[in-house]
Amino acid sequence: MSETGAQTVAYVRDTMLPAAPAPEAQSGAIKWLRENLFSGPVNTILTLLGIGIVYFLIVTFWDWFAHSVWNAGSLNECRQIIAATWGEGARGACWAVIRDRWNQYVFGFYPQDLYWRPTMTMGLMMVALAPVLFAPERRIRRILLVITAAVTLVSMIALSAPAGWLIFAAIVLIGGLWISERNVLWLLPFSVVFPLLGVWLLWGGSLWGPIFVLVGPILGWLAYRVMLRILPAASVIVAIIVTLLFWLTLAGEAARDAENLLSLSIQSVRSDRFGGFLLSVTIGVSGIALSLPLGIMLALARQSDMFLIKSLAVVFIEFIRGVPLITLLFVASLLLNYFLPPGTTFDIILRVIIMVTLFAAAYMAEVIRGGLAALPKGQYEAADALGLDYWKAQRLIVLPQALKISIPGIVSTFIGMFKDTTLVTFVGLYDPLKSMSDAVRASTDWKGIYWEPYIFVGAIFFLICFGMSRYSMYLERRLQRDHR
Amino acid sequence: MTKTVFLGTVAAASLFAGMSLAQEGSTLAQVKERDELNCGVNTGLVGFAAPDANGNWTGFDVALCRAVAAAVLGDGNKVRFVPTTGQTRFTALASGEVDVLARNSTWTFSRDTDLALDFVGVNYYDGQGFMVRKDLGVTSAKELDGATVCIQTGTTTELNLADYFRANGMNYTPVNIDSNAEGEQQYMAGACDAYTTDVSGLAATRAAFADPENHVILPEIISKEPLGPAVRHGDNNWGDIVRWTLNALIAAEEYGVTSRNIEELVRSSTNPEVQRLLGASDDLGAMLGLDNEWARRVIMTSGNYGEIFAANIGEQTPIGLARGLNAQWTQGGLLYAPPFR
Repeated sequence: MSETGAQTVAYVRDTMLPAAPAPEAQSGAIKWLRENLFSGPVNTILTLLGIGIVYFLIVTFWDWFAHSVWNAGSLNECRQIIAATWGEGARGACWAVIRDRWNQYVFGFYPQDLYWRPTMTMGLMMVALAPVLFAPERRIRRILLVITAAVTLVSMIALSAPAGWLIFAAIVLIGGLWISERNVLWLLPFSVVFPLLGVWLLWGGSLWGPIFVLVGPILGWLAYRVMLRILPAASVIVAIIVTLLFWLTLAGEAARDAENLLSLSIQSVRSDRFGGFLLSVTIGVSGIALSLPLGIMLALARQSDMFLIKSLAVVFIEFIRGVPLITLLFVASLLLNYFLPPGTTFDIILRVIIMVTLFAAAYMAEVIRGGLAALPKGQYEAADALGLDYWKAQRLIVLPQALKISIPGIVSTFIGMFKDTTLVTFVGLYDPLKSMSDAVRASTDWKGIYWEPYIFVGAIFFLICFGMSRYSMYLERRLQRDHR
Repeated sequence: MTKTVFLGTVAAASLFAGMSLAQEGSTLAQVKERDELNCGVNTGLVGFAAPDANGNWTGFDVALCRAVAAAVLGDGNKVRFVPTTGQTRFTALASGEVDVLARNSTWTFSRDTDLALDFVGVNYYDGQGFMVRKDLGVTSAKELDGATVCIQTGTTTELNLADYFRANGMNYTPVNIDSNAEGEQQYMAGACDAYTTDVSGLAATRAAFADPENHVILPEIISKEPLGPAVRHGDNNWGDIVRWTLNALIAAEEYGVTSRNIEELVRSSTNPEVQRLLGASDDLGAMLGLDNEWARRVIMTSGNYGEIFAANIGEQTPIGLARGLNAQWTQGGLLYAPPFR
């Protein structure tokens, strides 16, 4: 527009330049490397150091992995195979020990013809967990349940499970899938019954025991309804007392009588037959399932205004947190025997589960208390302003938010507890990491093997713990409400 | 989640089980009523006690458990093996969780008196020794001055080692380890010059090496480790049963009674001691509160002492222990069963 401009500017481009690729240094792998690995002197040194360490590890251990032997009957055979294949003096991993003792690592000393029972229990557990863990996600549930059903049924056939039980498992697994496709919440009753079913399937014995254990809370609930009319203040306490009294007095007799009338028994398996990952998972899952509600109750109790409840919670939490888990396990395995009447058998796995649960619950309580403390005071006040009573306020407003905040901490506690199940080695139970590996090493065939069992068990633990960690991240994403 | 029910289930279920059990009584009566012997064993020690791939226990100590079960219950398989660790073993016995402890435990003064146990005999005479690499050129433990020694913590071997080096005016650097497997690994990795534990353990460890010929066990034995079965203080009849089961195994070897020729000897033996042992004459079983054929079953289960030794830890096995101190007194060893009369 301005005439003066045209005279002072020597050259004006009137066509677009063709698009050129970004400079080498600003694109693709080189840019990525620059930005992520060599973005400054410190990072460059660290990167080089890291490469050096990885290189050193590979150079040192590569031949050991590369010379792996998967099929041998003993350590000596492994050594012979390695010497024959790779020459005298070569070293190599002998994974044949895992292959040879696979069953023992998975099931411990569980009777071999009953391996299908723990397998089925694990499959049914996934059905019971589906409504709890994956309530709003139909697609995930479908994938999970289809895989579970396929794996469980195929393994049960491979383990030559009886046809009747196979049909039962198929009905539950496929029925579970069918229900979950319609309304997953209808599966919740199964989740409630599953712990009893699982205990019965794992330990065997009479079905009447679990049935009458289930009758206890039902009676308690009836008592609660009756007391609500007569004396509402004491209704909860009476319900609890009725349940406990029934368990301690009548349930045993009733179960025996019922068993005499109509036998509903499967072969019973004693606790000392449990071992390996079966033991770890049994203790871990029960501990996780029990410690979360207990931890929530303890956290609420510690926040409570009632002096007695608050002090009891504080004393319990501080005592349990102040004592190493091994001490509690020793108490469970040794000291209890002195207090109980002679001849009493108090199942060792149950004792361990109780101690592990109490231990995890104390940590859980503090994690959840952190979540409660993180809630703005306004949330509590809003609940009060709405006229909600204590339990409703907790259930509808406080806990959903507090638990959501605490998810990473809660899952950390779960992961820690699951790994701590290996400590049962100190009370003579066969955990997979130490006791089972030591038992394997105590056979003349496998004496002298060291790293392979540790690496194998470590890898399995990693898979399970990593799975839990990923689940917690998924849960956090799903529960995200702040639309960041 | 309403899984709290689970706790109640198991609690109630185990309480039922607990209440139905027998009241306190003699161990023999309890074992008979239970129809099962609870035997405390090692969680896994090569040759002495180890579960195989199917969970069946075998080993030198295990054979003794089976022999006691055979004597009392008539069947060597009616044993529940309770794996015990070094920390839990004596408490498990004292609290009644096990009836007899056959867990390569050293018979010492304080254990016999202060811990209120009764060691009823010795089934293996062990002693602490040293293993070194052959190329170290050491031929005697006296030359180990200044050595680094791998040693399991919290065991009597630790004290023995300190005593031995002090008595001989030598110095050493301990490398503390937790288990035998870890000790092997440290020794193989060269973290220590010498590895010390009971000689039976050293032999088993050496046998498992890829190059056993490059390692030597030094001739010095620096401690006495008489390993034997233990029972609770106070139930003398039960102690007698375990003691004489062990003696029957030892005596059977002395008199040449094996699991193979026992049927024949019952009928044809003219040796009065053998006749009494096998219940062909006199009534020794009744004095123990057992029947007359108890010793027959003991020997039938896994053979006499010599057969058990040969099958589990003897020279034909990979562990390859010589009889040494554990030979019969007639062969220059220490095994000496009191007379059966």
